[in-house]
Amino acid sequence: MSSSQSAFSNRKVDRAYYWMAVPAAILFAVFLYVPFLQGVMYSFTNSQGYGDYKWVGLRNYIALFGDDRVWRAYGFTFFIAIIITVLINVIAMFLAVALNGRIAFKNGFRAIFFIPYTLSVLVIGYVFKYIFMNPLPALGRRLGIDWLSTSMITNEKLAWIPIVFLAVWQGIAYSVLIYLAGLQTIDNEIYEAAAIDGVNAWQKFWKITFPLIGPFFTINLVLSMKNALGTFDQVVALTGGGPNSATQTVTYLIYKGGLTGGEYAYQTANSVVFFIVLAIIAFIQLKFFGSKEKI
Amino acid sequence: MSTAANVSATTSASGAQASSGRPVRFRRDHAINWWLTAAVAVLSLTVLVPLYFTIVTALKTPAEAGTFSLPTAWQWHNFADASAKVNYPLAALNSALITVAAVVLTLLTNTFVAYAVARNMDKRFFRFLYYFFIAAMFVPFPVIMLPIAKQMGSWHLDNQIGLIVLYMILGLGTNLFIATGFIRSIPVALEEAARIDGAGTWRIFWQIIFPLMSPINATIAILTALWAWNDFLLPLIVLTDQTNQTIPLAQYVFSSQFAANYPMAFSSYLMAMAPILVVYVFAQKWVIGGVMRGAVK
Repeated sequence: MSSSQSAFSNRKVDRAYYWMAVPAAILFAVFLYVPFLQGVMYSFTNSQGYGDYKWVGLRNYIALFGDDRVWRAYGFTFFIAIIITVLINVIAMFLAVALNGRIAFKNGFRAIFFIPYTLSVLVIGYVFKYIFMNPLPALGRRLGIDWLSTSMITNEKLAWIPIVFLAVWQGIAYSVLIYLAGLQTIDNEIYEAAAIDGVNAWQKFWKITFPLIGPFFTINLVLSMKNALGTFDQVVALTGGGPNSATQTVTYLIYKGGLTGGEYAYQTANSVVFFIVLAIIAFIQLKFFGSKEKI
Repeated sequence: MSTAANVSATTSASGAQASSGRPVRFRRDHAINWWLTAAVAVLSLTVLVPLYFTIVTALKTPAEAGTFSLPTAWQWHNFADASAKVNYPLAALNSALITVAAVVLTLLTNTFVAYAVARNMDKRFFRFLYYFFIAAMFVPFPVIMLPIAKQMGSWHLDNQIGLIVLYMILGLGTNLFIATGFIRSIPVALEEAARIDGAGTWRIFWQIIFPLMSPINATIAILTALWAWNDFLLPLIVLTDQTNQTIPLAQYVFSSQFAANYPMAFSSYLMAMAPILVVYVFAQKWVIGGVMRGAVK
């Protein structure tokens, strides 16, 4: 054997550290990993969430692939998740750069833009539902804009817009602060040196700012994408999945079918598939954007 | 804009720095960009206008609702009516109880888990625990939603206590992620000195480390409080008894009860948002500082 040195030390650890960490790990397993594994188990049964059940093998999974509802929910979820993630990150980055720039009332604006994060999505969602149902169509009629003159929420083709709007409106708040935190780690001297070299604002952003806040971009991208793929409160508040199930997200479908629709086992199978899909996405994101940055 | 002025400011400042021997802060940006300020102000209306709309609508008669104008006669009784309808005092009490308990228990437990993991990252077991906790951050809640709902019911934890326990446990991954970097920046020498004086690990944690962690504790407290107070999905699937309802859940359950009386519905929404908005107005600097601290490691 060659002198293979372990990366881990042989130092003795005080037993108290185990008392600090191990009970938490057990609780964590009981409330997170065990339910997850139970879910995997139930996905191979025909359980309704109560009473007797039989093993049905892969039947739930096979049925999922032939289920139109499921395909539509995945399609809709990815459609809005991509739009939400892009909009949040573009707008939040612009806002963060502006809030970090030479503007007046910096702290006041910063406080205002964080307000949406302090509000319950469901409650502010009800407010927006009313705005989308009444004042906005009224405005559309007065201005003679056809597509705006009826409510988007009841229009199968447009109902995604209010959902995306609410998710972006709320999601920007947190992302702006992460980007601001990132911008404040940049040393001013870099900009001063660039200013001496005569760099314009566009170059300044793409050649200096953006590369330097790269890790914050990665974090924001992963977090906002994860949140967007789990869109739920927005759907409950605005559309209830309608009209004609056009705005059912995967999370909403799992909740509705699994807890109120008697499809417990079937929707746990859906959860397992959803988990695998999301794990692949998270992995790709971290590989693609995080290769040089540590998370 | 004024590169020449910047350069001269730089030179004079570095001159000052050289003479006093410590870095001198100087203002690089003298001129305020009013065009940018105007653009940001217009964007801030997207936040302020919906809030304004909520407030004025809450105080109107049903016939008046739907416009952005001020109410002609302020209908203060809407609040009392809405409060009676959604049983607001009970929901507010439940939300407050759950939020406070979740924050306190999270602070008292998650911190020492983070400490134990952060201080022993050179050991295989604790390195494993680190990833074991962090990995859960990437497991989206819907995946475990159905089994958790079933479990909590069968353990008789389908109440406030179960909810508090879940916030304490499900937040651990994020809190550990936020806190470990901070703990590792605390010099070990402090602990070693105390250890020589005969203090055990627990005592060292509570008397030295925990107080030193205050800034990051504030971050954890803020994020946990906002989460527990505003959360809808967990109360929806965990709480079965109507008398245990939190504020968002009560809004959901009674959302169909207002029929066409939108002002009454809006006063209910406003009462749901008001407590946290009031706290935020007074503590915004602290809240924003805390959240931003969580992002930098």
